[in-house]
Amino acid sequence: MSRRRGTHVAAVPRSLAGDAWRDLRRSPLFLTSAAIILVLIAMAAVPSLFTDVDPRACDLAHSREAPSGSAWFGYDLQGCDMYSRTIYGARASILVGVLTTLVIAVVGSVVGMVAGFHGGRLDALLSRLTDLFFAVPMLLGAVMVLATFPSAVGTPAWQTIGKVVLALGILGWTTVARLMRSTVIQVKQSDYVQAARGLGAGAGRILLRHVLPNAMAPVVVYSTIILGVFVVLEATLSFLGIGLQAPVISWGTAISEARSYIRQSPHMLLFPGAFLSVTVLAFIMLGDAVRDAFDPRLR
Amino acid sequence: MRGSARRGAMAAAALGLTLVLAACGGDDDNGDGGSGSEGTGSSDGPTGSVSINSTQPENPLIPTTTNEVGGGNIVDAMWTGLVSYDPDTAEPGLAMAESIEPNEDFTEFTITIKDGWTFHDGTPVTAQSYVDAWNFGAVGANAQLNQYFFGPDGANIAGFDTVAGQTDDTGAFVPGSATAETMSGLVVVDDKTFTVTLGSPNSLFETIIGYSAFYPMPESFFTDQAAFIEHPIGNGPFEFVEEVPNTSINLKAFADYQGDPKPQVENIEYRIYADLDAAYADVVANQLDILDKIPPVGLAGDVWKTDLEGRSASAPLTTRFTSMTFPLTNTEVWADPNLRKAISLAIDREAVIAAAYGPGNYVPATGWVPPGNDGYVEGTCGEWCEFDATKAQELYAQTAGVEGTLMIASNSDGGHREWVEAACTSIRETLGVDCQGDYDPDFGSFRGRVNANEIMSPFRTGWVADYPSIQNFLAPLYTANGSANDGGYNNPEFDALIQQAAGLEGDEALDLYNQAEELLAEDMAIVPLWYDNGQRGWSDNVNEPGFTWKGYVDPLSITVK
Amino acid sequence: MTRYVVQRLGQMVPVVIGTTFLIYALVWSLPGDPFAAKCGDRPCPPTYVARMTAEYNLDDPLPLAYLQYMGNLFTGDFGQTFAGVPIADELLQRYPITLKLTVLAILVELVIGVAAGVLAGIRRGGFLDNLVLVSTLVVVSIPVFVLGMLAQVTFGVRLGWFPVTSDGTLYSLVLPAIVLGSLSLAFVARLVRANLVENLRTDYVRTAVAKGLTRQRVIGVHTLRNSLIPVVTFVGADFGGLLGGAVVVEGIFNIPGVGNMIFRGINAHEGATVTAAVTVLVLVFLFVNLLVDLLYAVLDPRIRHV
Repeated sequence: MSRRRGTHVAAVPRSLAGDAWRDLRRSPLFLTSAAIILVLIAMAAVPSLFTDVDPRACDLAHSREAPSGSAWFGYDLQGCDMYSRTIYGARASILVGVLTTLVIAVVGSVVGMVAGFHGGRLDALLSRLTDLFFAVPMLLGAVMVLATFPSAVGTPAWQTIGKVVLALGILGWTTVARLMRSTVIQVKQSDYVQAARGLGAGAGRILLRHVLPNAMAPVVVYSTIILGVFVVLEATLSFLGIGLQAPVISWGTAISEARSYIRQSPHMLLFPGAFLSVTVLAFIMLGDAVRDAFDPRLR
Repeated sequence: MRGSARRGAMAAAALGLTLVLAACGGDDDNGDGGSGSEGTGSSDGPTGSVSINSTQPENPLIPTTTNEVGGGNIVDAMWTGLVSYDPDTAEPGLAMAESIEPNEDFTEFTITIKDGWTFHDGTPVTAQSYVDAWNFGAVGANAQLNQYFFGPDGANIAGFDTVAGQTDDTGAFVPGSATAETMSGLVVVDDKTFTVTLGSPNSLFETIIGYSAFYPMPESFFTDQAAFIEHPIGNGPFEFVEEVPNTSINLKAFADYQGDPKPQVENIEYRIYADLDAAYADVVANQLDILDKIPPVGLAGDVWKTDLEGRSASAPLTTRFTSMTFPLTNTEVWADPNLRKAISLAIDREAVIAAAYGPGNYVPATGWVPPGNDGYVEGTCGEWCEFDATKAQELYAQTAGVEGTLMIASNSDGGHREWVEAACTSIRETLGVDCQGDYDPDFGSFRGRVNANEIMSPFRTGWVADYPSIQNFLAPLYTANGSANDGGYNNPEFDALIQQAAGLEGDEALDLYNQAEELLAEDMAIVPLWYDNGQRGWSDNVNEPGFTWKGYVDPLSITVK
Repeated sequence: MTRYVVQRLGQMVPVVIGTTFLIYALVWSLPGDPFAAKCGDRPCPPTYVARMTAEYNLDDPLPLAYLQYMGNLFTGDFGQTFAGVPIADELLQRYPITLKLTVLAILVELVIGVAAGVLAGIRRGGFLDNLVLVSTLVVVSIPVFVLGMLAQVTFGVRLGWFPVTSDGTLYSLVLPAIVLGSLSLAFVARLVRANLVENLRTDYVRTAVAKGLTRQRVIGVHTLRNSLIPVVTFVGADFGGLLGGAVVVEGIFNIPGVGNMIFRGINAHEGATVTAAVTVLVLVFLFVNLLVDLLYAVLDPRIRHV
């Protein structure tokens, strides 16, 4: 996805984005993270490239068996192959993590930017609205969303995933909004924004060209880390029976299933956990690289 | 006989325990290490303090409205009824009753109570204390949770209908619809004697009245309920000291307790845990004295045996039975008994138990009544409860089969998700049918669907006995009008046998119950899965405690080192 | 300034009323029968269900039930849980414990998080930077229940440094607070680092360096203070999150806190319990956020509240 955005903007040379793209292509941080993410995307799109073991072929006789030559990652509680399940789990987990993060980053940023930049009554209104959404406990909100659109057997996987994204996203954006508001308040006082304003630039142009690039750092930092949190939160919902359901496989479900067996069968936690860590790491690195590339102060 | 009657906790979400065979505790008088006895009487007074894991009681501590484990254990420690069950054999025996004399056809009972018993407030326990308490529990306007123990589903005391009155469409009691305030079947003869007349013959009456709904209540309860709820008063071995909500409930030994055996420990703290894992960590670290159930975090890989070396035990439970029920009234899909049998054959119970609970921590069921109950016969279910892939496939091939995905419905908490997944794995691998769990997030939502008869696929059913009898495992669950007949099983032959058995005693009755149980195997509308084992641990501060027939700690057996 | 504070306090009224309605309505419309679980594997006596339904106004239409609830609230009556415990008592018992836990956790994440962030930010790309990245990453990707159980087994059971479960005293809350704080630590450390790195590039820092100020002074006085605005914002939001969202840690360490109260209330469909607990939480949160907004002006003198 980052790639597409990159190519698209590259068509407009000499712009901020164009400069950024040129920088990115030379950044080792970006190249490493992009490589990892590409592999993960391939895993999510075509899991059979990576394994030919059916993740749903299980044998209770192998329950919780440790890693061995025949099963590199060992077996889970149901005696299913952990390696295969970890590969197949990438799709749902990455989709939930990335989509939910996008939802909260976009919604939160827009609300926070408008509130912080405009100030006054609009700020008061939006901020108090944020408080209201903040007040609803995640469990309560998620249960309501998922109960409002119940899944039946045979509901397409993308629909179930969409509902989980909605359930997590609807209450998750409030911190992003606060962060964005706080930096926008700070940035809008700076000389270059005042100058742009003095030159008669419109609010939209000021926001996009001057405020956003200078104010997005905290949101990027927060979003890249919270991505991993969403993947685990999905597990909480799924474990309760209201999130993703079999036959959908996810890392989160594997992680929460491992809960009672940490001491006896650490491999059940280790492998899905490690994949989750690497994913989060890749996005944190990507976030760092992109932020640096877009930072006008580095020019 | 030690131990008081255990309450019929049917709250299946929080599972429980077993009874321990090792009879330690009961009469060994620990704690008198050489210091001269200064208490009254010949034996030493109770000494020391212990803590026991508990859950926050969900209702006020009133016996007729307490039916879950957290409140039930405390009520049982605070009260002694007419009858109590032997912790080891589950046999009912006289406790506060001097005698219980039935007439010939088990419709009338004359009950005499023992002399000298008092409530914790010093007032005497009389025949009236029992009669008033039972009437209170049965009166419709009082809307007590355990009301049905006095009606046709329980003891069936004559005149129950007249005090229970009518209910409207919503189930609310219609004011004025009760024609009497007391049941005509209860008559006080004198201070120590009362008679009970039943609406129908019931040879199990003596067993049933060991249940906590039949405990006596002091006069003060009827004059000021609010004060009673603040500070409950019973007649049992331990009296109420204080409650710190969500933290602990504290009891102390009642000095004037007339029962036998006497309490051997001075103070008991029932410590509230929201999560059993925390209680497990505490008992491992010797910061909790008695834990009556080991959570999965300890069971998996049997780490509890090393974590609690020398201070843990496991024993079969006579009171718990887990099964899978096919819905028969809201869908035709499961009408073919061969399909139900094929699915039962496809479940490898040993392997499912091993994956979900750790090998050997539960016992594969071979019938519908756990061992240890009077009338238990091994292997009633026969070949249908033994995993056999070939036979399952053959039988399945003769049926119309399952269209699409086979769903097994359950709540996902309480460790149920694990076994449902494992059972599905077993069925999927054996029959090649896709199988999935259909989960509700909590027990309440799940039971809501069951009660509304909404589930169209096999679903989890668990039963915790109210009193130790084969009757309690068959009548409420599988008779057409049974209060817990969730799948709508209806076999007139079965009903007739159960009804006939209620009027008989001893082996004659058991024989009929066994015949009824065999009908269940022919129909296989309810698939037996397993009986529970109880695992528990204790700290270095106490000697091995005894456990009641229901598997909870027997407070009278506790001794400190 | 005073006018701003008064305005903000005034805005709390609609937010609190809105919250009570929103939460009450959500719990009220939860699917399922709240009394289905009360009698094990058989339905409860209809008389019992009907009595409870009437007692807790569960049959009334939502607006009526809500108005009744608010009416009682204004007379100081918070209502009762289904078990008959006054909700006000539970709030008084649980909030002090939860507040202690939250403040401790915030201290942990601030002290360690800011220190780690500064160390990482000073030498971007250096060894310390990568070390902080990797260690915060590890903490983030370990689910909280794993972290909590590991801490409990290691420091409670094995080493015996801390009580295994908490009785609400300050010392027994230290271990759970470290577990709770370590999750947000990653956010704080990386926010500090990111802002420090950006601010170190600004003109005023270059000027300060050019004028010959020491590196410590530049970082400590000029840059760090300016970099703290997003951190303070995050911590403010986290404060509210920890108040009600520490269910897992409360469970592991058996802390009778607010998170568990809300969780139990939702499961039991106790509208009054959840609403009361969340409303108090929102009040605390609103005050904390007002404080945060006022801090902006202290941290960055260019910001003025009008």
